[in-house]
Amino acid sequence: MFEASPLVRRKLRQETLAKWIFAGMAASMILPLLLILIYLIGKAWPSLSPSFLFSVPTRGMRDGGVWPAFIGTIYLVGMSLAVSAPIGVLAAVYLNEYARDNWLNRLINLAVINLAGVPSIVHALFGLGAFVYAARFGYSIISASLTLAIMTMPVIIASTREALASVPLSFREACWNVGATRWQTIRAVVLPNSISGILTGVILQVSRAAGETAPIMFTGVVFFKAIPPGKIFPYGLHEQCMALSMHLFTLSTQVPDVKESIPFATAVVLLGSVLLVNATAIALRVRLRSRKKW
Amino acid sequence: MQVTLPAKPVEQTLLVRRAKRPNWSVLIERALEVFIRLCGVSAVLFVLAIFFFVFKEALPVLTNPKFSLSQFLFSDQWYPTSEVNKRYGVLAMIAGTFSVTVLAMLIAVPFGLGAAVYLSEFCGARAKETLKVVIELLAAIPSVVWGFIGLTVLSRLIVKYTGAAVGVNVLNGGIILALMSVPIIVSIGEDALKAVPDAYREAGIALGATRWQLIWRVLFPAARNGLLAAVLLGVGRAVGETMAVLMATGHAVHIPHSFLDSVRTLTANIAAELGEAPAHSEHYQVLFLMGVLLFIITFLVNLCADLVVRGVRRK
Amino acid sequence: MASGSQIVVEDLHLSFAQKEVLHGLTFEIKSNEIFGIIGPAQSGKTSLLRCLNRTIDFTPQARLRGRVRVDGQDVRDNTNVYQLRRRIGMVAPLPVGLPISIYDNVAFAPRCVGISKKSELDGLVEQCLRQSALWDEVKDRLDSLGTKLSGGQQQRLTIARALSHQPEILCLDEFSIAIDPVTTMRIEEVLKQLRQQMTIILVTNLTQQARRLADRTMFLWNGDIIELAPTEVIFSEHPGSQKTYDYVNGIFG
Repeated sequence: MFEASPLVRRKLRQETLAKWIFAGMAASMILPLLLILIYLIGKAWPSLSPSFLFSVPTRGMRDGGVWPAFIGTIYLVGMSLAVSAPIGVLAAVYLNEYARDNWLNRLINLAVINLAGVPSIVHALFGLGAFVYAARFGYSIISASLTLAIMTMPVIIASTREALASVPLSFREACWNVGATRWQTIRAVVLPNSISGILTGVILQVSRAAGETAPIMFTGVVFFKAIPPGKIFPYGLHEQCMALSMHLFTLSTQVPDVKESIPFATAVVLLGSVLLVNATAIALRVRLRSRKKW
Repeated sequence: MQVTLPAKPVEQTLLVRRAKRPNWSVLIERALEVFIRLCGVSAVLFVLAIFFFVFKEALPVLTNPKFSLSQFLFSDQWYPTSEVNKRYGVLAMIAGTFSVTVLAMLIAVPFGLGAAVYLSEFCGARAKETLKVVIELLAAIPSVVWGFIGLTVLSRLIVKYTGAAVGVNVLNGGIILALMSVPIIVSIGEDALKAVPDAYREAGIALGATRWQLIWRVLFPAARNGLLAAVLLGVGRAVGETMAVLMATGHAVHIPHSFLDSVRTLTANIAAELGEAPAHSEHYQVLFLMGVLLFIITFLVNLCADLVVRGVRRK
Repeated sequence: MASGSQIVVEDLHLSFAQKEVLHGLTFEIKSNEIFGIIGPAQSGKTSLLRCLNRTIDFTPQARLRGRVRVDGQDVRDNTNVYQLRRRIGMVAPLPVGLPISIYDNVAFAPRCVGISKKSELDGLVEQCLRQSALWDEVKDRLDSLGTKLSGGQQQRLTIARALSHQPEILCLDEFSIAIDPVTTMRIEEVLKQLRQQMTIILVTNLTQQARRLADRTMFLWNGDIIELAPTEVIFSEHPGSQKTYDYVNGIFG
């Protein structure tokens, strides 16, 4: 019979100790967050109801709902993705499938990667200088969504390139050998096998665009704009609009005497929407990893 | 060993050889390729445009003879709205960014790397998937929500437990930034540890190493580059963060003397004053110059991370 | 089928980033013959094939000098490189099944040229799969993924794909590496029959395979043609060069 010697027993204890310490480190990042989330929901509870989402602010923005901000965020995100997703994906297709590997393209690569890490306030500065003033769109939804579009485009390009690059070169070579053109290869083999990765990347940018404040704060989003409750298309394209992130920011920093649960409920709505979108992207990614074709 | 080939009419044997691609198909494809090329070019133009516009708006102030770049960078006197004596020294903001980032890294790096070690070395497959999803959701929390948490939850806790006058200060910002940077440190750190070949671990175990020794003396040195890159990218995230620090660090533009002092970071300052500065005024241009400074700092940090990953070490 | 030389190579130099890989090759390949190319690894055999169908264009550092003519026309004069590649079928050493159905794998090339009638495609797919000795094994599961086949089956699928655009010239680059001997024999039988319809260039490491199949054989070594002669001469007691004798008899390589 083998019985653990004292040395082995001590090693086992050390091993378990190490495991628990590192697990504790992991948990200590997550547990406070869970507690915070519970606190947020608790404080928001009095105001959390479907009507909160669909009604307009009242009492000079100190009470009521967040409908204008919610619909404004949807506008901004929708318009910005409508610009950045097609152009970003096709630009990545160009860079990965058509462009030759020379110094210019490597420079472009470097620029794209670096732009993904630029602070959001710099995007705000760009939007202000380029869209509000130079292009004369003024403070408007157009300026704000174009700023968001330029903010999300580099990351969409990078994640699409990654998805395209995950398709092995041997597949493309096999297609070229039978006389297929680049586009025929892309359409038949490359795109169908990377579309899921591309989609995941785009969806993740949706949540990022919804949560950003600085880029839209200075380009066309305001704290207050009167619109009728429940209207689906309340904003004209050249008007300014409200947005959830801006709403939360202003409510919590610049408006005194707000009913306590309102900013918390706004935070919960924003956080909930963002987490929902991200969870969808993650679920999509998990689903297609299980359907690997090679 | 004969292979049976069914008899085929002569026309079919030359079917593909004689086929020619229909013209409309070729034209559509050409048009599509032109469009794709256009997207590629325009995306590049947009990317370059960001560099261009930010620099363009800041340029006038640099060529202004009254403006001194050394005073800009090294003086802590920031009085852009003074009637008589306008001074544009950003040292206090640089100190603000520095102090909050350093505190955040002091918290985030040990916990983040510890979590990375747990994920890579100890975790079972299912727990790993769950944990990774949780970390990814953590990374998705918008910065304004983090700022809100700092402003409401954390500031009350800080006032209660440290007796500080105000709850929005370096400590608050540091903790919030730490929580925001941890996901990126964990995910890239875990990639770095995963990249260490199993042969290293097996060799260590064969030599009788304990878990501790394995991690400290085998894995960390082997994954050194990737772990360093993870930390650098975490730093980049912290330095570039805007809304969370705007809400959590307070409004005092001065060099902090303790963790409980309020500060302004570079990013927060731009956000706080951009709305007030008249368009194209000197103040406005200086704010753009601060944007250029931020651009340069984050670019350098990302460049370091990139070089470190490629194994080029800087002395 | 035109008689005479189908492929004419004149003074072909190929270099990758300053290093020359093919040193001024000049030879001809006749129509409807099985042309064998033997030689040790890294001799430039694969690069030579890639010069033929211009897939060498995808290697950015490749530099070509000299001429390759197919049916009298320089391959680089051709404005439609895709048509050239359809005239030349290429089978690579490593099997590649595209991640689409087996049917789509073989129907891919015909569809690229605009053939879309199901009856025509069905006939083509069956013919090509029969010719590559794969039909019996997959006829009931033409919908399954090409990547899920075994290595040997994927190689036969690659051959079927190469045949699917009915090339005039079929290039096989060490096709039997991933295939068992029995299947190799079956495909060799098919090649003997296919020569009536096309010219076959057979690059192989297995000298005995060249002996079995090729009419003429070329011995390529380090980018130079050591000898080009009828197969019986190459494998005889007195080939043109001592090196040929040494290589064929396993003294080196």
